[in-house]
Amino acid sequence: MASYTPTVSIDDPRTSTGGNGVLPPAWGGGGDNFGSPFFDMRLRRARLGLVVGLTGIAMIFISFTSAYVVRQGLPTLDPRTNVLLHDWFPVPLPRLLLINTGVLLISSVTMELARRQAGRKAALAQLAAVPGVLADADEKVSWLPLTAVLGLSFLVGQWMAWRELGANGFYVSSSPSSSFVYLLTGMHGVHLFGGVVALLTAGVASMLRRPADSQSIAVDVTGWYWHFMAFLWVYILCLLEFVH
Amino acid sequence: MAGGTGGGETIMATREFAAHEAHAHAAPQGFIRKWVFSLDHKVIGLQYYFLALTAVFVGMFLSLLMRIHLIWPNAPLPLLGEIKPETYLSLLTMHGTIMVFFVLTTAPQGGFGNYFLPIQIGAADMAFPVLNMLSFWVTFIGYIVMLSAFFVVGGAPLHGWTGYPPLSALQSAGPGEGAGADLWVISIALFCVGALMSALNFITTTLDMRVKGMSMMRMPLTCWAWFITAILGLLAFGVLFSAGILLLLDRNVGTSFFVPLVVVNGQLAAHKGGSPLLWQHLFWFFGHPEVYIAILPAMGLCSQLVSVFSRKPIFGYKAMVYAILSIGLLGFMVWGHHMFMSGMSPYTAFAFSVMTMAIGVPSAIKTFNWLGTLWGGRIRFYSPMLFAIGFVSLFVSGGISGPFLAQPVLDIPLHDTYFVTGHFHLIMGVASIFGIFAATYYWFPKMFGRMMSESLARWHFWFTFIGTYAIFMPMHYLGMAGATRRYSQFTEVAYLRDLIPLQKFITYAAIVTIAGQFIFLFNLFWSMKYGKKASDNPWEATTLEWTTATPPPHDNFGGRTPVVYNGPYEYSVPGAPRDYVMQTDPSTVAAH
Repeated sequence: MASYTPTVSIDDPRTSTGGNGVLPPAWGGGGDNFGSPFFDMRLRRARLGLVVGLTGIAMIFISFTSAYVVRQGLPTLDPRTNVLLHDWFPVPLPRLLLINTGVLLISSVTMELARRQAGRKAALAQLAAVPGVLADADEKVSWLPLTAVLGLSFLVGQWMAWRELGANGFYVSSSPSSSFVYLLTGMHGVHLFGGVVALLTAGVASMLRRPADSQSIAVDVTGWYWHFMAFLWVYILCLLEFVH
Repeated sequence: MAGGTGGGETIMATREFAAHEAHAHAAPQGFIRKWVFSLDHKVIGLQYYFLALTAVFVGMFLSLLMRIHLIWPNAPLPLLGEIKPETYLSLLTMHGTIMVFFVLTTAPQGGFGNYFLPIQIGAADMAFPVLNMLSFWVTFIGYIVMLSAFFVVGGAPLHGWTGYPPLSALQSAGPGEGAGADLWVISIALFCVGALMSALNFITTTLDMRVKGMSMMRMPLTCWAWFITAILGLLAFGVLFSAGILLLLDRNVGTSFFVPLVVVNGQLAAHKGGSPLLWQHLFWFFGHPEVYIAILPAMGLCSQLVSVFSRKPIFGYKAMVYAILSIGLLGFMVWGHHMFMSGMSPYTAFAFSVMTMAIGVPSAIKTFNWLGTLWGGRIRFYSPMLFAIGFVSLFVSGGISGPFLAQPVLDIPLHDTYFVTGHFHLIMGVASIFGIFAATYYWFPKMFGRMMSESLARWHFWFTFIGTYAIFMPMHYLGMAGATRRYSQFTEVAYLRDLIPLQKFITYAAIVTIAGQFIFLFNLFWSMKYGKKASDNPWEATTLEWTTATPPPHDNFGGRTPVVYNGPYEYSVPGAPRDYVMQTDPSTVAAH
């Protein structure tokens, strides 16, 4: 038999990574397969997608940071005196932002509790399907709606901080530094609002008694997204407060 | 040793996920769910493709108007009447923007990538089908918003596809800089959102949905190219999105991110302290990777085709993979070479210059490997191969002027001339479009189940190949003679007037070349209905899309999941009964 030399080395195909090319069952489409390879596959895929998505979001804020640093150092010409001046004056940030930060950090904790709670519920739902097994998810606190409320409170707090800034004479176009305060808080708020919508969607899915495993995955990725948003907010606050 | 299989046969392992597959992929029944708001990556791929097809004809029509105006500046044009300089700038802006975003970025990645990436890695669909649908429709809305700029008061913007402030940031800077420019920025921002969602899907799909046996180093080079392109898009489009948001605020809210103290129409504008260079840095941090976003898929496809049609394994598979990775990485380090004119420090310019010329190394590796694959091959000159060879030719011709422009001392006199226009049209524009044509001729049988007319395709190739060289090579000479780009007419300056005969030649070549594209258009639609029926593997290729039915079923592999045993370029294998071994052929493992 003539020899066969592959151009790419052949390993045992069973050792390859990859998700088998399978698209798992659609979310909300039925099928309690928590604990099955499909659940793990879906969870892994959702988390991977989240990491990739967060990279894209991070690039947006990295760009803003770059613009923030560059814009600080730019001089401008005073047309009356024909002298170059620096027009960057730090904006005194409202103390309310510290309270908002506390609310968001607490919401990150409740989100983590909600994420773990959703995982437990999904596991118990699987057990309850076994004849003769009594599995009761007796959870005293429902962390998911609490997190959504805290998230909305944070957004309302940010709005109140904007109003306070306006009352003190700092508007979007008042100075480059106040432009960045509105820009960064606004963009963060938009992204966090997306997280709130995801939480509300998961809550509605729960009320409609969608499969627990699908909810668990949705809450899991929203949870990691939420933690990222909390971290991002702390980063933005430090940038605005300390980088001058 | 059992033979490799091809044609209509399917050699797949029997690991069945059929029940789950059927559940996940119940084929939609109604027209709306099947063809409009479809979740099927193949339909979405076709939607992207036809969006790009309409866009390319719009963009081409705009370029035709520009070329006619350049040589007959006083002649009224259809729909537009007499062309003012600002109208010319609007045509230029919309031509560049539509071509770069809605053609060169959309067709190779959104179109063919969507259709064939999942099939080539053995997947049933993209990782997130709903997100995939959303990314197309956001892109589509972006396209409509872009076109609507023609129809608002003041018309389309004037600031070129690069959108440099302060021109782009001031509503009073020109007739198209009002609502038209706002729509332009909004359209670009929407495009970025669509592209980011798409990149997320491509990356997750490639990493997580490869079939058993499809290790990364067994992926076809097309998949590598789509994967790296998606990573570039993920890192680049977020930056452009941010810049677009800042520009919108400057234009409409009165901020001063990009606008310095500036006098417009004799009035001091209400901005101060911003920097147009900040926009340039952000824009070109996106803009240079965008060049590779446009051309990497064509490189991957070219690698595929020279192997298939030379009946030889690709020369240096791993080198090709590492070259794609290097080009992607270096592409993020060279944006400053677009800004040598901005007065940057010579030390910074030197660094950007060296990094830019370093990209020549992986580019040369790729070219060498394409030639190495062709060398000694039993070449089949079918139309996909003609366009692949045409791509190599254009890539070399357009690329060779890159090292010229990478040197600040040469770039400064050449930068605002037709030399640059010729350079980037050859390497980014036409080379990528040759990739799109090659992909169309190659995958048409799989997509539509029929063959395109080969004789019409050859006519199309020669019209386009000779035509594009006739258009863009003389532009290099125009540039060296000092012909400035973006000027709407050359009749008022003596030294430019002397170059008008060459400008006329270019316009005639453009008219003939554009006429040649209707051969393609006719062939495309005629063949869908009347083309010869295609077999499942008409090119005798080895990758997974040729193991499934033509056109592929809704879940791509008819409820079964393939297993991969071989690399993607097993041609002329000693001892094999045929000159190709399918990726799914298990018998070769035994032979090994």
